[in-house]
Amino acid sequence: MSDLTHLSLADARDALTSKKISAVELTKAHLAAIERARALNCFITETPELALKQAEASDAKLARGEAGPLEGLPLGVKDLYCSKGVRTTAASRILDDFTPTYESTVSGNLLRDGAVTLGKLNLDEFAMGSSNETSAFGPVVSPWRRKGDPNAKIVPGGSSGGSSAAVAAHLCLGATATDTGGSIRQPAAFTGTVGVKPTYGRCSRWGIVAFASSLDQAGPIARTVRDAAIMLRSMAGHDPKDTTSVDAPVPDYEAAVGASVKGRRIGVPKEYRLDGMSAEIAALWDQGVAWLKDAGAEIVDISLPHTKYALPTYYIIAPAEASSNLARYDGVRYGMREQGRDIVDMYEKTRAKGFGAEVRRRIMIGTYVLSAGYYDAYYVRAQKVRSLIKRDFDEAFAAGVDAVLTPATPSTAFAQGEQGSTDPVEMYLNDVFTVTVNMAGLPGVAVPGGLAANGLPLGLQLIGRPFDEETLFSLAAALEQAAPKIDFPQPWWREA
Amino acid sequence: MSVDSAVVRRIAHLARIAVEEKEVERLRGELNAILSFVETLGEVNVEGVEPIASVLPMQMKKRVDVVSDGGIADDILANAPAREDHYFVVPKVVE
Repeated sequence: MSDLTHLSLADARDALTSKKISAVELTKAHLAAIERARALNCFITETPELALKQAEASDAKLARGEAGPLEGLPLGVKDLYCSKGVRTTAASRILDDFTPTYESTVSGNLLRDGAVTLGKLNLDEFAMGSSNETSAFGPVVSPWRRKGDPNAKIVPGGSSGGSSAAVAAHLCLGATATDTGGSIRQPAAFTGTVGVKPTYGRCSRWGIVAFASSLDQAGPIARTVRDAAIMLRSMAGHDPKDTTSVDAPVPDYEAAVGASVKGRRIGVPKEYRLDGMSAEIAALWDQGVAWLKDAGAEIVDISLPHTKYALPTYYIIAPAEASSNLARYDGVRYGMREQGRDIVDMYEKTRAKGFGAEVRRRIMIGTYVLSAGYYDAYYVRAQKVRSLIKRDFDEAFAAGVDAVLTPATPSTAFAQGEQGSTDPVEMYLNDVFTVTVNMAGLPGVAVPGGLAANGLPLGLQLIGRPFDEETLFSLAAALEQAAPKIDFPQPWWREA
Repeated sequence: MSVDSAVVRRIAHLARIAVEEKEVERLRGELNAILSFVETLGEVNVEGVEPIASVLPMQMKKRVDVVSDGGIADDILANAPAREDHYFVVPKVVE
């Protein structure tokens, strides 16, 4: 067998069950790749001993014929998911060496199904960012490079940038991620990988460090649509510990991969054709439409009139929820503490030192929009506009649209330091196509569409009806089938 | 709406984040950039629109009001920066 890190998750699964390879071999191959890829800074914490122990247990189970659906498959876990006995940081200094005494439900589901966990993946601090540059553990470098520009360090997107980069660099077969405004789909699009944000409530949020609770959702990043479908089936499911988790059976998503999309009605929303949209993005979108048409889908023009208000709405609601959720980091129950002359001084110094600039900024905006005198003007108004954004989608689906096709991002990935250094809003615009989906609680998937002239990947986004991830997997597989195959970058980052 | 430096200091205190005098001006600029970005919501007609409560039409789940967990004080205190027996320790709050 050649390099085992080049197997897809599905092929690795089949090779394990047919005993062509062992879980220990597969895990060792990935651990070796991780060791030589430290220049990418994908992992905050590597857990090689734990991974090998899990792999040995998997081999024993495979030998006994008791393999789970993910038995022996090495995965990465975004460091926003609490891992029992493993330091969990949310990429923030404020959590210090916090080591959970419990496992998040979703990562626990992966372990239940036999997965091997290689370590904790880097991210933007508290998942706040679109380039993985806000991490207290340093930025993640994408394995992708711009054509003719080998020195520029390209960002892997954010906030799940460690997840997207690790998957694209073949350091793991797949990774967990989370999405509050685009944090699964935008990094997937930037790295030529597949990212799925399921319907709000599909996956439990229990044990995942909270950012904005009405928007946060867990999902997978993988190299193929099938691999993402396999992962989501294990991650999803009802959890009594999360009251917003939905008590509904989890379908076999993998069965939807390859299903016919003939007669599916695909909405193309005119409001996503932004002024000044790059010709390349517009062409990719048209290409996506043509691919789905060729696969037998029917294309209809639709209107989602409140689209342009989604991002401003997000930048009221998400910081408001974050300011409440992050109130718990006070230097008392866990994490770091700075001494102060009294308890308030201790809180203020701890939080000033522990949170990075972007997190402090968002907590302050959230505090402002929730404060007396501004609550109605900002927060309540934003919640009303959010109703209208959701209504736009409800009406499109009621009119018979099965899914909506849009670009995933307004541009390809950029280099470190190129965006948002003077104006925070510039960075926020990265999520302009993805944030509507969180506002409406819908499922969305980013699928690679090919490479731009600068050599970097471009992605398409499909948005589905609530709890109809299966249709998204079928459509995403049709796009994957039609799109030019992405060759992941050669490992220039490898240390000897 | 825009904020002045007094409001920046007040928000920082409400958020329990210490802000140094030299940071106030920069923060004022950043917060105002975000506030001017969200200003556009003022043009939306929200007459008669209910603020969203939940993205999905679902009832809040309830469980029987009984103790279902507990006896894990050691776990709860395991990550505390300062503790004594089964207590979190904080600076003196009562004179």
